[in-house]
Amino acid sequence: MSILEVKDVDVFYGDFQALFSVSFSVEEGQTFAFIGANGGGKSTLLKTLAGLLRPTSGEVLFQGEAINNVPAHTRVGMGIALVPEGRRVFPSLTVHENLLIGAYGGRKGEWNVESVLELFPLLRPLIKRQASSLSGGEQQALAIGRALMSNPHLILLDEVSLGLAPVVIKRIYEAMGHLVQKGTTILVVEQDVQHVLTVADYVACFLEGRISLEGQPGDLSSEQITAAYFGM
Amino acid sequence: MDWVNVAVQGVLLGGLFALFATGLALVFGVMRLVNLAHGDLGILAAFVALFLLDSFSLGVFWASLASIAIMFCVGYVLQRGLLNYTIGTDDTRPILVTFGLSIIIQNALIMQFSADSQGLDAGAIENASVRITDQLAVGWYPLIVFGVAVAVIAALQLFLNRTTLGRAFRATSDDQEAAELMGINNRHIYSLAMAIALAIVALAGILLAVRTTFDPSQGPFRLIFAFEAVIMGGMGSIWGTLIGGIILGVSQTLGAQAFGAGWGIFVGHVVFLAVLAFKPSGFFAKTVTA
Repeated sequence: MSILEVKDVDVFYGDFQALFSVSFSVEEGQTFAFIGANGGGKSTLLKTLAGLLRPTSGEVLFQGEAINNVPAHTRVGMGIALVPEGRRVFPSLTVHENLLIGAYGGRKGEWNVESVLELFPLLRPLIKRQASSLSGGEQQALAIGRALMSNPHLILLDEVSLGLAPVVIKRIYEAMGHLVQKGTTILVVEQDVQHVLTVADYVACFLEGRISLEGQPGDLSSEQITAAYFGM
Repeated sequence: MDWVNVAVQGVLLGGLFALFATGLALVFGVMRLVNLAHGDLGILAAFVALFLLDSFSLGVFWASLASIAIMFCVGYVLQRGLLNYTIGTDDTRPILVTFGLSIIIQNALIMQFSADSQGLDAGAIENASVRITDQLAVGWYPLIVFGVAVAVIAALQLFLNRTTLGRAFRATSDDQEAAELMGINNRHIYSLAMAIALAIVALAGILLAVRTTFDPSQGPFRLIFAFEAVIMGGMGSIWGTLIGGIILGVSQTLGAQAFGAGWGIFVGHVVFLAVLAFKPSGFFAKTVTA
């Protein structure tokens, strides 16, 4: 059974339509990547899946259950976690408190402060520091760790490599591989195509609110991807 | 020795100001809502206690406790049923709505209780005093009020720093949308914050009502003093409100001592304006940027 099914979803920001009849489905344990240029609708889609935006038409099914009307704060308990664009750690809280908040509405499971620190050892010496004093890479690790604290089935990662040093990006992708081994389903959004194609089982390209191309990375040529990415 | 005496009175009075200000600071901190009915809600609580005292043969202590509990519930329902719909879109909406609420409360109180001054009688404790030196005596009651203020502020700070729910308050204050992604229902958090704020301002209103007389028109004065305490202490700092309250209390009592009884409040405002001019962020402002 698909863990996530999206059927003909339209999403608006006021009068502006951001997604046009988007459909796809994600299998359990899959790493599903969305690529595409800025403004294509990738972040809008993730916000819709997390419950921050509501579709005006269409349906979102999680583990076979329609969740269109489930508010964001309830979806965490169902096993959906979003690592938002721009990291959005709680600046006045310490690293430890940020992690604890991650477990607030989440499920029981193997992730706890100790296992997150094992995944991201760089956070260990910072545990008592205020999150506002962390570097971008450290904040990104914290944001992912915070999401893991809710023990998600499905983790949504929005532009996790944006603005980070290559060495940090490498570490974050390594961590992603670790999650895949544990059977977590990952839906990742990236502008950086090269990185994401190395980890994804399935890739879909967004262009102006529509899916312009989809398939397994091995089946897609770079010409096809370029064409779908830029709409040529 | 007169001056020392007066300054001590001012510090103790500052505790009461701080108690009025704490809920205002909490609500502003958690949801950026400026509650213009805050002072009136404190006065309302005093009238509720008076009503319970007159209607049922409760003692003043139990009537006060019941009033505080009622105001806690009123806070939750008010936020969940009304004020939650005013926040987030436009900063002027909550101001207009709470301003309207302030007028409604004042007029409802006048209709029900008339514009006459009322008092809550707590018995002998009101006039008992403790002698510290030959020339310096402090009333038990102001001392107790001050102690209560410090205890409430300490408890609130402990709640915010040490409990899961307190952490959720601070996370919501930092980033409401990110907090929602953690499973925090912000409408519930906002409502609890308002409930706690109104319970504290109810306590303040009742302590004021025992200390002096009160009438339906006093809410706005209490609101202004509370604003002055919050701003001098620094937005977002709970302990800062105590310092702000003390500065205001001392300014008022010393001003009255120096220039005559009518000048105390005026001097309080002048000191407030001076702080606003030279240290506009207050003394303990917590500014954290991402």
